[in-house]
Amino acid sequence: MRVGVPRETLPGERRVAATPDSVKKLVKLGFDVTIEQDAGLAAGFDDASYAAAGATLADRAGTWSSDIIAKVRPPGDDEVDRLTAGQTIISYLYPAFNTDLVGKMSARGVSALGMDQVPRITRAQKVDALSSMGNLSGYRAVIEAVNVMQRPLRGQSTAAGKIHPCRVLVIGAGVAGLAAIGAARALGAIVRAFDTRPAVKDQVTSMGAEFLEVQIDEDGSGTGGYAKEMSPAFIAAEMALFAAQAREVDIIITTALIPGRRAPILITADMVASMKRGSVVVDLAAEQHGNCELTKAGEAVDVNGVTVIGYTDLPSRMAHQASNLYATNIVHLLAEMGGAEKFELSETNDIVRPMTVLKAGELLWPPPKPSGTPAHVTPHAAKAHLFSEEHGPPVFEKMTAFSRRSLILVGLCLFGIGLTAPPTFLTHFTVFVLACFIGYQVIWSVTPALHTPLMSVTNAISGIIVIGGMFQIGGGSAARILGIAAILLATINIAGGFLVTQRMLRMFHR
Amino acid sequence: MTPSLLATSYIGAGVLFIMSLKGLSHPETARRGNLFGAIGMIVAVLAVAIQVGLATSPLVIGSILVAALIGAVVAARVSMTAMPQLVAILHSFVGAAAVLVGLSNHLQPAISLVGAEATIHDVETVLGVFIGSLTFTGSVVAWGKLQGVIHSKPLLLPGRHLLNLAMLVACVWLGVIFVGTGVQAMPALLAITVVSGVIGIHLVMAIGGADMPVVVSMLNSYSGWAASAAGFMLSNDLLIITGALVGSSGAILSYIMCKAMNRSFVSVILGGFGVEEGTAPVGGAIMEGEMIATTADEVVELLREAQSVIIVPGYGMAVAQAQHPVRAIVDVLRSRGTLVRFAIHPVAGRLPGHMNVLLAEANLPYDIVLEMDEINEDFEKTDVVLVIGANDIVNPSALEDPSSPIAGMPVLPAWEAESCIVFKRGRGAGYAGVENPLFFKSKTRMLYGDAKTSVDAILELLKVGADAGAPAVGSAR
Repeated sequence: MRVGVPRETLPGERRVAATPDSVKKLVKLGFDVTIEQDAGLAAGFDDASYAAAGATLADRAGTWSSDIIAKVRPPGDDEVDRLTAGQTIISYLYPAFNTDLVGKMSARGVSALGMDQVPRITRAQKVDALSSMGNLSGYRAVIEAVNVMQRPLRGQSTAAGKIHPCRVLVIGAGVAGLAAIGAARALGAIVRAFDTRPAVKDQVTSMGAEFLEVQIDEDGSGTGGYAKEMSPAFIAAEMALFAAQAREVDIIITTALIPGRRAPILITADMVASMKRGSVVVDLAAEQHGNCELTKAGEAVDVNGVTVIGYTDLPSRMAHQASNLYATNIVHLLAEMGGAEKFELSETNDIVRPMTVLKAGELLWPPPKPSGTPAHVTPHAAKAHLFSEEHGPPVFEKMTAFSRRSLILVGLCLFGIGLTAPPTFLTHFTVFVLACFIGYQVIWSVTPALHTPLMSVTNAISGIIVIGGMFQIGGGSAARILGIAAILLATINIAGGFLVTQRMLRMFHR
Repeated sequence: MTPSLLATSYIGAGVLFIMSLKGLSHPETARRGNLFGAIGMIVAVLAVAIQVGLATSPLVIGSILVAALIGAVVAARVSMTAMPQLVAILHSFVGAAAVLVGLSNHLQPAISLVGAEATIHDVETVLGVFIGSLTFTGSVVAWGKLQGVIHSKPLLLPGRHLLNLAMLVACVWLGVIFVGTGVQAMPALLAITVVSGVIGIHLVMAIGGADMPVVVSMLNSYSGWAASAAGFMLSNDLLIITGALVGSSGAILSYIMCKAMNRSFVSVILGGFGVEEGTAPVGGAIMEGEMIATTADEVVELLREAQSVIIVPGYGMAVAQAQHPVRAIVDVLRSRGTLVRFAIHPVAGRLPGHMNVLLAEANLPYDIVLEMDEINEDFEKTDVVLVIGANDIVNPSALEDPSSPIAGMPVLPAWEAESCIVFKRGRGAGYAGVENPLFFKSKTRMLYGDAKTSVDAILELLKVGADAGAPAVGSAR
C-alpha cells in the first residue's frame, strides 16, 4: 500500500501533506511513502530529510500513481486527470461548492475523503484539520492585523504619556475565534467576542474576553458544533450590536461560517466606514465569500484608511507548523482507516464515514445527519482555583504530630473527667461540647462581609447572662442588688446589640 | 411554669440563636436571622421571668426598661466608625454581668451541694468570675484605646510576661483557697476578681492599635466563655449553649484575623507589635526609585480611560469620612459602564468586617464589595487601583522580603494592575511601621492630602467631564 504526497500546485500554497516526522509514522503503520520532489521545500522540509525518514522520492507522475494520494488543497483539473479507478484521495474538497470536481472524480471511479468533512465529535479531534488550521488562522489573523496597525495592542503608562490598550472584537468563537482571542489577549488587547451559541460563553470568558450578548433569547447552536442561521429579529439585533462596536474597536476579526453555505455578511460597508482610521478588519471567512461586505478574497484592501484583510492563505503563511499539524491529522486518519494492512473505507466508522465523499466513484455525500451532542473544543484549560470559593472550616488532610498529641490529650482529659465528675456535670458538659461544635460549624459559614454584625449579634445574645441575674434576685439583699446590677448591664447589651445589628444589616443592599 | 416548660423554652431559644447566626451566612438572610435571635432572647427572658416571679418586682422591671432604653438610644446614635468602641464596651458589660452573677450566686447558692458536685460548682464560680473580670477590664481598656482616651501605643512594662504569669499563679492559689476552705471564701473570690481584672488591663494595654481587631474578637470570645462558665455554675443549659456559640464565634474571628496578618494568636495576645510605629523604616530594605506625585486631574483622566477599577479602602478612608464621596465616584463610573469593585482585606478597619459596614452605610451595593480571596486574582486584569487610606494591606514586601516584619502576611496585589493611585496623607510609614515599596513602583502615583479632600476634588472633575459629553465608552453594553 503506497501513500503518495504530491507537491501543492495552487499558487501561494506552501503547505505539504507529509513531513519527515509523519513519514516515519506512516512507515510504522506499514505504508510505503512516495514524496514528490521538492514537495516540502516551501514548508521547510528538504528532499533529503524525507528520504532519511524512509520515503521514496519520485516525479509527479510517479507520485500520482500511488494507491492513496494525500494532499492539502482540492485537486486541480490536471491533477484529476491523473487519477485512476481504485485510488483514494484525501484532501480538502468542499463538496458543497466543488460539485464539478466531485463529479469528475466520480467519473474516474476514485474514492475521496474530505479533510473539511471531519465530524465534530470528540474522538475525531485528532483528525480535525479545520480545527488545527483554524487555530493557526486565528493566531495569524491577529498578527496580520497588528502588522498593518500603527500602534501596539497593550496599553501602558509611560513617562512619555499613556498608550491606550487596543480594543478587539472577535465574531464567532469557534477554534479560530478562540485562538484569535487568546493571541490578542496575550498581546495585551481588550477583547470582546460575539457568538450566536450561548454555550461558548464560558470558553470566551475563560480566555479573558468579554462575551457580548444581544437581548434576544435564541440559541444558535446547530448540529455538529456549528452555528445555524438565526431569525431575522436576532440578525437585526446583532447587526445593531456590530454597528455600535465598529465605532469603538480597533480590530474586528470575523470567523463566522455556516457549513455548506455562503458566509453571512456581518460587517457592512457602512460599519467599515464608521471605523476609526487605521483600524483593521480581518475576515477569516474570505474563502467562503467573506463576513465583510468589502472583503476581497486573498487581498488586503484599504477603504478610507481602514484595512480589510481577506487573506485565504493564513495557515499557509505558517507553512512549517501548519504542515506538521496537517500531516499529523493525515497520519491519524490513515491509522483510523486501519493502517496499510487492513486499509478500508468503512461505512460504519464514525470518523471515516462522514468524511467519505466518494467511494469507488459512488457519491456518499452528504452523510446521514450526525447524532449525539457536539464536542466542545476547549483549548484553554480552566484556571486552577487557588482559593476555595466557599467559606468553610480549613480542612486538615494530614494529621500532624501536634494534632495527634492533642487528640491523645483530649482523650485523657475525657477519661479523667469520666472518672471523677458527677453525672449532673456531665450532662452540662455534653451540652457544652456539642454547642461548641455547632458554633464552630455555623460561624465558619458566616460571610466575612458580615463579621461586624456577627460580633454585635453575638454581643446581644451573650446578654443571655441576664437570666443568670434574674435567678439571683430571689436571694438576700446583697445578692439581689448584685443580681439587679447584672440584669441592668446585660439588658443594655441585649437591646443595644440587637438594635445596632438591625441598623447595620438594613444598610446592606444589592 | 413547670420545669419541663422552662427547659423547652430554653431549647427553643437555643435553636433560635443558632438560626440567627446561621442567617448571617448571607446578607439577604441576615436580617431575618437577627430577628430570630431577638425572638429567642424574648422567649428565654419571659420564661425565666415567669419562673422566678419577676412580675411582682417593679424594681427589676424598671431596671430592665431603663437598660433597654439606654441600649436602644446607644444603638440608634452610634456612628458606624465608632462600632469597634461600641462592641468593646458591650463586651465589658457581659464580663461585668458574669462577675456580678458569680458573686451573687456565691452569696446565695441557688442549690445546696455536697462533695464533688460542690467542688465542681466552686471551680465553675472561680472560672466564671476570673474570665468575666478579665473580659470586663480588658474590654474597657480596648474601648479606651479605640476611642482614643488611652494612647494606642502598646504599654510595655519590664518583665510583663513574668508579671502575667505571677498574677495567673496568684489567681490559681486564691482559687484553691476558695474551693478548699470555705472560710475565707468571699475575700478570696473578691481577690480573684481584682487580680484577674488587673491581668485584663495589663494584657490589653500591651497590645498596639493595629492589633485591636484581634483583641476585640478575642474579648468577644471571652465574654462567651464567661457566660458559659456562669451556665455551668447555675446548671443552666441555655447559658452554656449561648456562651459556647459566642465563644467559638470570637475564637474563629480571632483565628481569621491572625491568619490575615500571618501572626500567631499567642504573639498577638502577648502584645508588643507595632512598636516601631512612626520611626525609621525597618526590614533593612532601602527603597529604590522615587515616589511620583500626581494630581486629581491626572487621576480623573485615568479613571475615564479605565475599563475596570478596584478600590482598596483602609481605615484611613473611614477616618477621613471619605466613603460617601467615594460612593458618588463609583456611581459615576458605573453609569459609564466601568467595572468598579472594592477589595476588602480581612484586617482593613478596626473590627472584622468593619469596612463592609462602612461601605454599606455609604449605600454601596454589597455585591461589588469583595473579599481578598475573591478578587486577588483579578488585580492583574485591572486598569486602575485606588488605594484609599490603606498601607500595610497592599505592601508587596509582605510577599517579597522575608526580612520584613509583615513577611508572609497575605496582601492585596495592587501593584499588578495597570496603574495604581495611592491616596495618602503624608510620607510616613503605615501602622506596622513598615516602609511600603508599592509607593516606589513605576506604575504607582501618589495623591497626597486628606483623603476626603482628594476624593471630593476627583468627584468634581469627574462630574464636569460627564456633563461635557465624554465619549460613551461601552455604549453597546
